Amino acid sequence: MDMTQAIILTIMTAATPLLLAAIGELVVERSGVLNLGVEGMMIMGAVAAFAIAQITGSAGLGAIGGLIAGMLFSLLFGFLTLTLVANQVATGLALTILGLGLSGMIGEAFIGLPGLKLAAIEIPVLADIPFIGRLLFNQDPIFYMSIIAVIGVNWFLFKSRAGLRLRAIGDSHSSAHALGVKVVRTRYLAVMFGGACAGLAGAHLSIVYTPQWVENMTAGRGWIALALVVFASWRPTRVLAGAYLFGAVSIGQLHAQALGVGIPSQFLSALPYLATIAVLVIISLNRRMTLINTPASLGKSFVPER
Amino acid sequence: MRIELKKRDGLSSLFSILSPFIALGLTLIAGVILFLLLGKDPVKALYSFFIEPLTEVWSLHELAVKAAPLILIAVGLSICYRSNNWNIGAEGQFIIGAMAGSILPVMFHGWQSPLVLPLMLIFAMIGGAAYAAIPAFLKARLNTNEILTSLMLVYVAQLFLDWMVRGPWRNPEGFNFPETRNFHDYAVLPRIIETGKTHWGFGFALIAAIVLWFIMRRTLKGFEITVLGASARAGRFAGFSDKKMVYFAFLLSGALAGLAGISEVSGAIGQVRPVISPGYGFTAIIVAFLGRLNPLGIVAAGLVLALTYLGGEAAQISIGITDKVTRLFQGLLLFFVLGCDTLIHYRIRIVTGATQKGSAA
Repeated sequence: MDMTQAIILTIMTAATPLLLAAIGELVVERSGVLNLGVEGMMIMGAVAAFAIAQITGSAGLGAIGGLIAGMLFSLLFGFLTLTLVANQVATGLALTILGLGLSGMIGEAFIGLPGLKLAAIEIPVLADIPFIGRLLFNQDPIFYMSIIAVIGVNWFLFKSRAGLRLRAIGDSHSSAHALGVKVVRTRYLAVMFGGACAGLAGAHLSIVYTPQWVENMTAGRGWIALALVVFASWRPTRVLAGAYLFGAVSIGQLHAQALGVGIPSQFLSALPYLATIAVLVIISLNRRMTLINTPASLGKSFVPER
Repeated sequence: MRIELKKRDGLSSLFSILSPFIALGLTLIAGVILFLLLGKDPVKALYSFFIEPLTEVWSLHELAVKAAPLILIAVGLSICYRSNNWNIGAEGQFIIGAMAGSILPVMFHGWQSPLVLPLMLIFAMIGGAAYAAIPAFLKARLNTNEILTSLMLVYVAQLFLDWMVRGPWRNPEGFNFPETRNFHDYAVLPRIIETGKTHWGFGFALIAAIVLWFIMRRTLKGFEITVLGASARAGRFAGFSDKKMVYFAFLLSGALAGLAGISEVSGAIGQVRPVISPGYGFTAIIVAFLGRLNPLGIVAAGLVLALTYLGGEAAQISIGITDKVTRLFQGLLLFFVLGCDTLIHYRIRIVTGATQKGSAA
C-alpha cells in the first residue's frame, strides 16, 4: 500500500463515525426533532461495544451491542421529549451529561485493557481493483454500514412514501397529524434510528478506530456530527461530503503534530473545533438556503389534540 | 397502556414548587437501585453521599466553595435560557475569564498592590463576556446556531489554557510542573470568615442571584427577557430588540462565568493549572434547570449540586465506589427535573387499553 492510499484510508476511518452519527441525526431532525444527545448516545455505544467485545470475545457482537445501546439510550430522550413533551434542547443536553457519566462508570473496569478490533471484510473481485479496491472494498463492516446508511436514507427520504410522511411531519406536525399521519410514533422510530446510528458510530471508535476504552473518548464528535447536519442543510449526500472533509481536517492535524511543524499541538488539536465553527458560519451566510432547508417544526414539541 | 397529556388552563402553582422535589426524590430512588446493583448497602451509601458532607464545619465550607461557581454561572445561564438563548459554552467562558483575570498575578507578579484584585475581577468579567460575545455575534448577525458554536469554543478554550499553562505561563521556578506561579497575597480572593475556606466567590454568587432576581421580578428588563423568550415576534411588536437581547444575555452570562472562573482560581486554587474546573460550566446547566431558571431557586439548586461533588468524593473514600457516580447522579437529576416539569403544564393521565376502547365508543 502506498502513502496516498494509507492517508486516504485513515481519513475514511476518521470520517466513518462522524458520517454515521450525522446521518442518524439527519433523519431525526428531518422528522422535526432536535436531539442534542448525540455525544451521549455515541459514548454509550462506544463503552457498550468495548465491554461486550471484551466479555464475549467477539468484536462483531460488540458492534451490535453498541448499536443496541445507542438505540435504548435514545428511548430515554424519546420518552421525555415525545411522551412528556419536555424541552428538546435541555433533554438532549441531559442525555449527553448522563451518557458521559454512565459510560465513565461502566468503563472504569475496562481502562487500560487491550481491545478487540473488528476485522476488515474483503469483498472478492472488487477488492482487486487497482488503487480504489483496497480503499473501498477491504474495510470494516461499520464502514460499509455507513455508506449503506447514506444511500438508504437518501432513498428513504426522497423516494419512499414513508420518507415523504416523515418529512411532512418535520415541516408541519399539526398538518401531518390532521392528515392522519402518526406523528409521535414516526418520531419515536426516527429517534431510535438516530440512536442506533450514534451507538454504532461510538462502537466504531472503540473497536475499530482506536480499539481501547478511554473516558470521554468521543471528544466532541457527537457535537461535530450535529454541526455536519446543519452544514449539509439536511441532505444525506452533503453529510457524506462534510464528514470526509472533517475526517481530512482531523487526520491532517494529526499528521502535522507527528511531523512537528512548530505549531503547538494544542493549536492543531483545536482545528477540528474551529473548522466546525467556520463551517457553520459559512453555511449561515447563505441565509435563504438554510431557511428553505431547515425542517420547519424542528425542536418544537407536539401534543396530539383529541 | 398509553400516557396522555392534557394542557392545564394555567400553570400549576403546586407543581411549580413540588416538581424539583419530586425530581430529587426520584433521583434518590434511582440511587438506591444503583447502589443495590453495585452490591453496596444503599442506606450507608446515600448517607455518605448526601448527609456526611453536611455534618462537619469544614465540609460545609467546601460546599460553599463548590457552590459558588455553580450559582454564579447558573444565574447567568437562567437569563440566557429564559430569553431563548442557548449558551452551553459557560465552561469555556469560565476558563477564558479565569485566564484574563490571571494576567496580572502571572505576568506582572512584581506589581503587588491592593489595586490588583479588583482589576483581576474586572479583567475576568471582560474576558468571559468577550468569549461569550463570539457566539452572540454569530447568532445576532448571521443566525448561526449558538448551541454548537458556544460548545465548540469550550474545547478551544480548554486547549488554549492547556497550552498557556504548559508553555508561556509555566512557573519558571516550578521544576517544570505544568502550573503557573502561586498568586501573591494581593491577588488572592479573601475568605469571608477567617476560620473557613469559603471565599468571596460565594458572596458574589449570592449578590448576583439577588440582583438578577430583582431584575427579573421588578424591572422592565426582566419583562423584556420573559417576553422575548416566550416569543421573539411578540417581543418585536412590543418594541424590544431580540438582537440586543442576544448580546445582553450572552455578555451577562459570560461575565458571570468569567467572574466564577477568577474566583475559583484566585479563591480556591491559588494558581492556574491545565485543568481548573471539574465541569462547573456544564453542571451549572443542571443547576439552572433544577432552580427552575429562578435566581433564588438556583442558589438552593447550586448547593444541592455542590453536594453531589462532595458526596462523590466522600463515597469514594468511605464505601469505595467510583466518583464517576457524581456525573451519573447529576445527569439523572436533570432528566427527572425535565420530566417533572411536564406536571406544571399538563395533567398526565395513564390510559389503559380497556378505557381507551370505552372512550372511543
